[in-house]
Order: sequence, then structure tokens, then C-alpha cells
Amino acid sequence: MRAFFDMGGYAAFVWPAYAVTLVVVVLNIVWARRALARSLAEARRRLQMQGEAR
Amino acid sequence: MAWTWFHRLASPPHVYALAARLTPWFAWPAALLIAAGLWGGLVLAPPDYQQGDGFRILYVHAPSAWMSLMVYTTMAVAAAVGLIWRMKVAHAVAASCAPIGASFTFAALVTGALWGEPMWGTYWEWDPRMTSELVLLFLYLGYMGLRAGIEDTQRADRASALLAVVGVVNVPIIHYSVTWWNSLHQAPSVMRIGKPSMPAAMLAPLLLMLLGFTLLFVALLLVRLRGEVLARERAASWIREVVSG
Amino acid sequence: MSNTGSPVTPLVAMVDSARLGGPHGLAEAMQPASALEAARLALLRDLQLAFRKRGQLLQPLAFFVMVALLFPLAVSPEPARLRELAPAVLWIGALLASLLALEFLFRDDAYDGTLEQYALSGQSLTSLMFAKTLAHWLLTGVPLALMAPVVAMSLGVVAAPALAGIVLAVGVGTVPLSLIGSIGAALTLGIKRSGTLLSLLTLPLSLPALIFGARATQLAIHGAPLLAPLELLGALAVLGITLAPIAAAAAVRISLE
Repeated sequence: MRAFFDMGGYAAFVWPAYAVTLVVVVLNIVWARRALARSLAEARRRLQMQGEAR
Repeated sequence: MAWTWFHRLASPPHVYALAARLTPWFAWPAALLIAAGLWGGLVLAPPDYQQGDGFRILYVHAPSAWMSLMVYTTMAVAAAVGLIWRMKVAHAVAASCAPIGASFTFAALVTGALWGEPMWGTYWEWDPRMTSELVLLFLYLGYMGLRAGIEDTQRADRASALLAVVGVVNVPIIHYSVTWWNSLHQAPSVMRIGKPSMPAAMLAPLLLMLLGFTLLFVALLLVRLRGEVLARERAASWIREVVSG
Repeated sequence: MSNTGSPVTPLVAMVDSARLGGPHGLAEAMQPASALEAARLALLRDLQLAFRKRGQLLQPLAFFVMVALLFPLAVSPEPARLRELAPAVLWIGALLASLLALEFLFRDDAYDGTLEQYALSGQSLTSLMFAKTLAHWLLTGVPLALMAPVVAMSLGVVAAPALAGIVLAVGVGTVPLSLIGSIGAALTLGIKRSGTLLSLLTLPLSLPALIFGARATQLAIHGAPLLAPLELLGALAVLGITLAPIAAAAAVRISLE
């Protein structure tokens, strides 16, 4: 187990690399979902305004 | 027959519904493949003869680099389709690609630097691959900057599409010139994707990661695409059902 | 339309009045039968207008010299050291100066509607864009190429063949810079304060020209044959001449929509 975390002495490089990639992946997922939610909210608002204009 | 398929792809409500349906079919397999790749790469694969356990950065660096190029190409193709056939959906695809590609280019650069320090003794070496990667990041940023700078969505779509096409023509030229400039080109055999000078136990997780990331890209694209398609359909009636449903 | 003198004079006069009172009559002035003739007129017009604003013309050159001046002050006045830096200084200076000049080459025409008239005139917008880009190179690239040996001398380069090589390298190398710049300028036409964005778009695409040009300059300074990078530079220029005006014309149409 120890050996796994130690990564043959390269731990200081390997783990940050994986961490950065993980962060980028997670950020992409969050970002994409938030962008969609924002577009939906925007569309909802536009429809509301159009409805009121009638 | 082929044309009906193509025409349906141009229809925003159809694309929206299709994207929503398809997303889980890409997202879950992606998660599985990446998990399997991580397990294979971090645990099962034996340490490299020269680089020990340090080579395992490959399993995040190569997919990131692959993503950066694949996404840019997709973006450029979608842009070209949008320009030639004036398809809003194609422009929506291109717009969705940019942030995904840019972030993975960033990841490729950082993981590349982290790999470079223990292996070559320096975080940054101006080798052709990394330098071209850095230029690619700026191409993405320029694309996103141009989009942001133009208010009218249609004009922004078309201007950035032209930029993407001009960019993709330039990428091989830039790469060639950077390679030409740099004689310190180091090609660790481990990085030659497609030429397995690696034992199967090392190669298999790499292929899993590459495939997994590709599927992840499609899933992310589909999610973003829905939002982009919505934004380009101001007053269409089908939106009403989608939004309230 | 006056029939006296060269066809350029009424064209220029009409455009001048356009600057004062809105675009008109330019479409008529663009009656010349062939795209080549229209391009020639557009080129002459740009050159004539630029000479009226000689001050503006000199700004990129002054900037170039200024940038070159910064390096010895920032590093060291040792001739050997400076000679090492010379290719970089010359090329970065040329690149930035070329970028600066893009602003006034397209902006004014966009503001007074001349570009619109070009697009509507029925003449090939591609050849008109080629003419504008040629004007940009004649007004920026050529002066830079002629100024470069002077700057190079201040950076410790004295051999005549080296200086000649530098003129050649900068002269040929600024061609792709003008071509790529024209695309960037056309894409950012409607955007306010787009200077930084224009640089962000243009610089990555200009890297090959920078790389080959700097290498050619370096070889010239060391007295080595510079045919290889010069040929590559020439290839870039030819490729650019073929493709860039088409892209620039498309970009102008998009920006004017």
C-alpha cells in the first residue's frame, strides 16, 4: 500500500498530475451542467416575458 | 436515405431531444472505461524499466493531449459544416467544443510539465510537442475571445468558425515549424501512440483511458450542445415544451 | 465623374468626400471592367491616402526602433551579446510593428463605409483584399525591411552581406505577417478596442514566419547561407498569397453582415 502511494519515489509528480486531470474532468462536468441550466433558465425567462407581452 | 438523417441533424428540436437521450449512453461507459484504465494504469501495469513508476503520468497526459487535438479538429469540422451549409446546430457544436478543448489542453501542459521534471530534469523544455500544445491553447483562447467579443450570435458563430478553419490549416504548419526549430526533440518511445513498443499490460490501460476520455468528450459535448441549441432558438415553439417539461 | 487626369484622382476625391459626408458614388467609381483594374485602383487609393497621413505611416517604424532600443538597455551594450539577440529583437519588433499598422489599414475603411462599398461593388472582394494587404506590406513590411539593417547595425551587426541578408529575410518574412494580419483585422472589424484580441489571434498564426525569419536572420548574421529558411519563408508567403485574401474576403463579408 505504501509503495502504491510512494510511486517509486515519483509521488510528488504523479499524484499532482492525476489530481490536476481529475479536477479538469470534474470542472468540465460541473461547467457543462451549469451552462445547460443557465440556458434553460434563460429560455424560461424569455418565454415568460413573451407571455407577459401578450 | 442518408440525406434525411443529415437533415434531421440540422433540426434543433430533434438534436436537443437526441442529445438528451444519448448522454447517459456515453457518460456511463466513459466512467467505466476511465475507472478500468486508472486501475490498470496505476495498479496492474508494471513499472517502466527506465522511468519506474513515474511513467504512470502517461495515463493522464496522453488522453489530455489526445483530447486537445481531437476536440480542436471536431470544432474545426463543425465550424466548416456550419459555414458551408449554414447550419446553426453545427455552430452550436463548435461553440460547445471550445471550453472542453481548452481545459484539456491546459491539463496536457501541466501533466507534461510534471512528467518532464523528474524525467528530463526540467519542467519546461520547449520541445516541439509541448510548444505546439501551448500554441494550441492560445488558438483556443483566441477562438473563445473572438466569440466573446462579438455580440450578435450569428456573426460570432460565423467569424469564429472562419477562425477555427484558418487555425486548423495552420496547426500542421505551426507544428512543422516548431519541430524544425527544435533539434532537442526527444521522443520517449512510451509516447508513440499506435506503435506499441510497450508490453500489453502497459498499453491496454492507455487504450482504455483514450477511449474513455473520448466518450467523456462526447457526453460533455452533448450536454453543452443542448444549451447552445436552446440559446440559438429564440422564439421557437418547441422550447415551450422543453422548458416546462 | 470627372474625365480629366488619371482615373485614380476622381476615385480618391470621391472617397475623400465620403469621409466628410457619407459614402456615395464609390460603387460607380468601381466600374472598371476587370477585377485586376479594381484591385489596382484600390491599391493606389490606399497608398495615396496613407501618404496624406505620413505621420501615421511612420508610427510603426518608430515603434520598431523603440523596441530595438529597449533591448540593449534592458540587457547589456556588449556587441557580441547584442549580435546574439539581434534576430529576436528584429523579428519581435517587426511583428509588433506590423500588428500596430493593421489597425489603421482596415479600421478607417470600415468606419466610413468604404469596405461595404467594396463588398457591394460586384468586384471580386478577394482581389480587393489582396490589394489592401499588398498596400499594408508596401507601407509596413518594406519600410521595416529597409530599417532593419540600420537597427541591426546598432546591435553590432556590421558585415554588408549580413545586412543584405537581413533586408531579404525581413522583406520576405513580413509578407505572411501582412497576410495573416489581414485575416485577423477583417475578423475583428466590428469589435471595439480589439487591439489585444487582434494580437491574440494573429501571433500564434504568425509563429512559423517568426521561426523561419529569425533563423534566416541568425544565419545571415553568422555569414552562413540562409537559403533553407528563406525558401520556407517564401513557401509560407506563396501559400498565404493564395489562401489569405480568400479568407480575408470571407471575414469581411461576415463582419459586415
